[in-house]
Amino acid sequence: MSNALPDFDLLRPQSVEEAVAALQTSPSARLCAGGTDLIVNMRHGLVELETLVDLGAVVAMKRLEADAAGLHIGAGVTLRDLAESEAVSESYTAIRQAALAVAGPGHRAVATVGGNLCLETRCLYYNQSHWWRKANDFCLKYRGETCHVAPTGNRCRAAFCGDLAPALMVFGAKIEIAGPNGIRRIALPDLYREDGADHLTLAACEIITAIHIAPSKAKSGYAKVRIRGAIDFPLAGVAIACERGSPSARSFRIAVTGTNSCPLLLDGPAPLADGDDPDAYFGALNKLVQKAVSPQRTTTTGAHYRRLAVAALAARLAKELVDG
Amino acid sequence: MKRIVSLVVNGQQFEDAVDDNMLLIDYLREIRRLTGVKRGCDGGECGACTVLVDGRARPSCITFASLCDGSAIETIEGQARNGRLSPLQRAFHENLGAQCGFCTPGMIMAAEALLRRTPDPDDDAIRAALGGNLCRCTGYVKIIGSVRAAAAASP
Repeated sequence: MSNALPDFDLLRPQSVEEAVAALQTSPSARLCAGGTDLIVNMRHGLVELETLVDLGAVVAMKRLEADAAGLHIGAGVTLRDLAESEAVSESYTAIRQAALAVAGPGHRAVATVGGNLCLETRCLYYNQSHWWRKANDFCLKYRGETCHVAPTGNRCRAAFCGDLAPALMVFGAKIEIAGPNGIRRIALPDLYREDGADHLTLAACEIITAIHIAPSKAKSGYAKVRIRGAIDFPLAGVAIACERGSPSARSFRIAVTGTNSCPLLLDGPAPLADGDDPDAYFGALNKLVQKAVSPQRTTTTGAHYRRLAVAALAARLAKELVDG
Repeated sequence: MKRIVSLVVNGQQFEDAVDDNMLLIDYLREIRRLTGVKRGCDGGECGACTVLVDGRARPSCITFASLCDGSAIETIEGQARNGRLSPLQRAFHENLGAQCGFCTPGMIMAAEALLRRTPDPDDDAIRAALGGNLCRCTGYVKIIGSVRAAAAASP
């Protein structure tokens, strides 16, 4: 019988505590939080594991609730349920749009928030079959010694391509992490580091269990460019939350994905003030985004195009949030 | 490791021993011999292997069989009843929704999931529901028209 996947033992913990314990049973244990990306990588021979810990039966991680304290999103909530949530649709448009921008309906039915936040980074030289990568002497991210994107550099340049992270970042999301040493909370940007081969700061056997977002009155949106209109990772994506000050003053929080090895929450821009020339302001915002990102040759499209595209997307989205 | 899973496939109850690493597409094609479930890209990108798991469309090539324990699975083979085509099958046939036909089982199952929840979808809803399914022959006009016709024909 054909099976391109490696042999492994599948564990189905019922609680977060059991899941942490299950991860400790084998040094190569891996989490499955939907598996829509993981299974593809397994098939490509990119994942070595003896134990797979499926989080689908951990009911406590599927809670999605809005109250006076804000929004609680369990890491096991599916992207479909997130997008269909009334609370998310009412107050967190960027999150809804980002969830709907992920893959197709069949993927969103099982893909989870936690899985999308921990999405493996992607690269033209990495997301290939085993024989393709072997013929290319592998790469710095897996088994090889050279980054084919930046051969003179000393780190992997694979790009983070999750859609949800920037949308959560612009709302100041904090994440709850459970591990062998208990529970800790960090700001979402602190989950990531700029290293395509090791982009998550999670310690061994740690699991993201939930995301917390404070109540928000900001208008927001998410936009992405991709090669194919459905089921495609972002070449670049941008989320913006826009808060209203005086009649025409606005402040923006901007986060991007697809351009670096981690999602970026940008510093600035300065608020749009009463009396500012909007064209000059959004032109400056475009330049700010161009300067902040560093896309590399990790996709079939050029890095320069992605730099221009993400900046244009950001300026257009910000303008729409002001005008709309 | 093998484990026993209990599945209802096209209305019939089965208990089978499956490996932990067995994918749903392999279970359906090789154990249940339901070869209408097509193996296209094998990477969750084309939708040819789409089946319904508890009434929702899922690419079976990126779904573990063992994680479907207790679920109801529906494939294209379960569409026709007593030798009569389902409304979607008939609509695809009458509206030339299939050319080579390889993507058609996945298209029909994705459309079936849509029509159960949205019996009278507009074109945008049809496009969104079929967003995970690729056709490399016809373009999508006839396919969308077929789904629209099936919706109109359904009681």
